[in-house]
Amino acid sequence: MKYKSQKVAYWFFALSMLLLTLQLVYGFIMGFAHAGMDGLHEWIPFNTAKAVHINLLVVWLLSGFMGAAYYIIPEESQIELVSVKLAYVQLITLALVGVAAIVGYHFNYWEGRKFLEIPRPLDYLVVANVLLFMGLILVTLYKGKRKTTTALVLAMGLLFAALLYLPGMLDFNSQVLDSFFRWWVVHLWVEGVWELIMGGILSFLLIKLTGVDREVIEKWLYVIIGLTFLSGILGTGHHYYYIGVNKIWLIVGGIFSALEPLAFLAMTLFALNMYRKGEKKHPNKIALYWTLGSAIVAFIGAGLLGFAHTLPQTNLYTHGTIVTASHAHLSFWGAYAMIVFAIISYSLPNMTGRKYYDSARGRMAFWLANIGMLGMTVSFGVAGVAQVYMERIYKMDFMKVQMEIEVHFIVLIIMATLFATGITLYIIEFIKHGQPTDEALEIDNQ
Amino acid sequence: MLSKKQARAFFLGGTLVTFLIFIGLTVYSLSAAQDQSNIENLSESAIRGKYLWETNNCMGCHTIMGEGGYYAPELTKVVDRQGEAYIRGVLMSPTPWQRADHGNRKMVAYEMTEDQANDMIEFFKWIGEIDLNGFETVVSPLAEK
Ligand code: HEM
Ligand code: HEM
Ligand SMILES: [Fe+2]
Repeated sequence: MKYKSQKVAYWFFALSMLLLTLQLVYGFIMGFAHAGMDGLHEWIPFNTAKAVHINLLVVWLLSGFMGAAYYIIPEESQIELVSVKLAYVQLITLALVGVAAIVGYHFNYWEGRKFLEIPRPLDYLVVANVLLFMGLILVTLYKGKRKTTTALVLAMGLLFAALLYLPGMLDFNSQVLDSFFRWWVVHLWVEGVWELIMGGILSFLLIKLTGVDREVIEKWLYVIIGLTFLSGILGTGHHYYYIGVNKIWLIVGGIFSALEPLAFLAMTLFALNMYRKGEKKHPNKIALYWTLGSAIVAFIGAGLLGFAHTLPQTNLYTHGTIVTASHAHLSFWGAYAMIVFAIISYSLPNMTGRKYYDSARGRMAFWLANIGMLGMTVSFGVAGVAQVYMERIYKMDFMKVQMEIEVHFIVLIIMATLFATGITLYIIEFIKHGQPTDEALEIDNQ
Repeated sequence: MLSKKQARAFFLGGTLVTFLIFIGLTVYSLSAAQDQSNIENLSESAIRGKYLWETNNCMGCHTIMGEGGYYAPELTKVVDRQGEAYIRGVLMSPTPWQRADHGNRKMVAYEMTEDQANDMIEFFKWIGEIDLNGFETVVSPLAEK
């Protein structure tokens, strides 16, 4: 660690871990419900569990991205964060708004629009919170001694993500328009600007971990995010095939979304090549695992599984089935959860001053979480394909089909248990590092 | 070899061009002539229905036009499939709706008034008439004809 103010990142990461734990609890509730055990229905009906599960996901990832920015931006800009106090204010208000929303979901207080369930009054608080965050990051960047491409790409991703929250707050009487603009948030986040955030963090980590020249890494970063927007913006059309807008999107969405995997493939090749080229052998092996793992799993989850259902001919049958849930899990996990784990694993020893870089438990956490998540992806995938055949091709009744595929959710629960064990080990490691301290300033190793 | 400057130009150029095309296509496909949703038939009652749909987060369990949760039946063509009386029964039920032949999944007991249930039905009817580029025939077996 080079600047005292980087320590604030630790608390964003801690909040991330806490919310992740809660997210998994609600995942299990839904897994059991799908397997035919909906015993909690009276207190936590499925729609509550689902809204909590996906909102906690988004909030813990955002908290992780914010932590990453508070760590990376001062180091890249070579100055202290402009105000540490305000960063703590931002942290606490973020936690409060998040908790208020989650509690509300248990009392039928929400706006039933998938991923954007936060009710309107709380939306304004989210906006205020994010404005404060962006202010701190941008002013630090502006005052900094240098403006690196890595820092600019990360900040640009965060800024666009904030701006794209706004179309989700528009009000429509037509469900078609509602859905149309909901995708400006959901799709343009995960298949657009969040990839800039991921790219920025990845590039920072590769510079630190492999020692490859910054100019080379940042050049490829531009190519990757170029591919991202080139395919991802018009790729939004893959959500417009069957929601009541015209057929132009079948062509445009089909072609451009089929190109989206290229950006993820480029990300994988980039990470692996830089690793191979690197002279430096950084002792933080766990951070390297998560960094390379993220680049690889993102390609499988988003690139390959995304491509599997993105052509209009396939999507006609898979649209809105459990096939989508299979892709959703591995893509979010690989691209965003794992990159947050990577920056946490890299920065923790630097913030706490303990050179605790590698351990059997840390490796176990990596493998269990990944094997568990792959197993979950396959369980959802098999259930989804079976559903498509029975319901969409053989025209069986929806509920009858659901009863047929219950068994796959038993497998899901077993795999999710492996996954959750991996996460538990990771959190134990997190706690074992101890808390951040100013003494860590001296022992930064580069 | 590609220089960093060229790489940046590729990023900025590609982004600008695709962004402009995207905005253009959005304007075009939302223009009145391209409407496939029969927007002129969207009644006050159906709009109240949409409000109920949102404030109760029905989408947390059900899909509509293929979007939502994967726990409960797709509702795009529900009026054709089940008829109005059945839907009213589900929405107004004072106990969680559950069918013996459908395992033990339950729906939340919303105890809607008859007016509210009718608003929901108007909403479903409007949705059911939308031209979904072919999805309407796949998603809802009983509505094939
Ligand atoms: C990290 C990147 C990605 C993430 C996190 C992600 C996540 C998701 C999620 C959560 C959904 C469900 C959304 C909803 O129904 O509200 C979804 C749907 C979809 N994704 Fe992705 N995705 C990613 C990348 C991709 C890519 C690269 C492709 C195409 C090559 C793709 C193709 C699709 C398609 C076609 C759907 C619609 C499925 C349906 O019709 O039900 N995704 N994605
Ligand atoms: C203990 C682990 C987990 C279990 C048992 C679990 C289970 C589930 C279930 C049953 C659903 C509901 C599907 C439906 O609507 O019927 C779901 C949705 C979802 N989960 Fe998980 N989950 C777990 C962990 C995760 C993790 C770690 C992530 C992200 C990295 C994640 C991301 C999502 C997303 C994005 C959706 C929405 C998918 C969609 O609607 O298309 N889940 N999960
Ligand atoms: Fe998408």
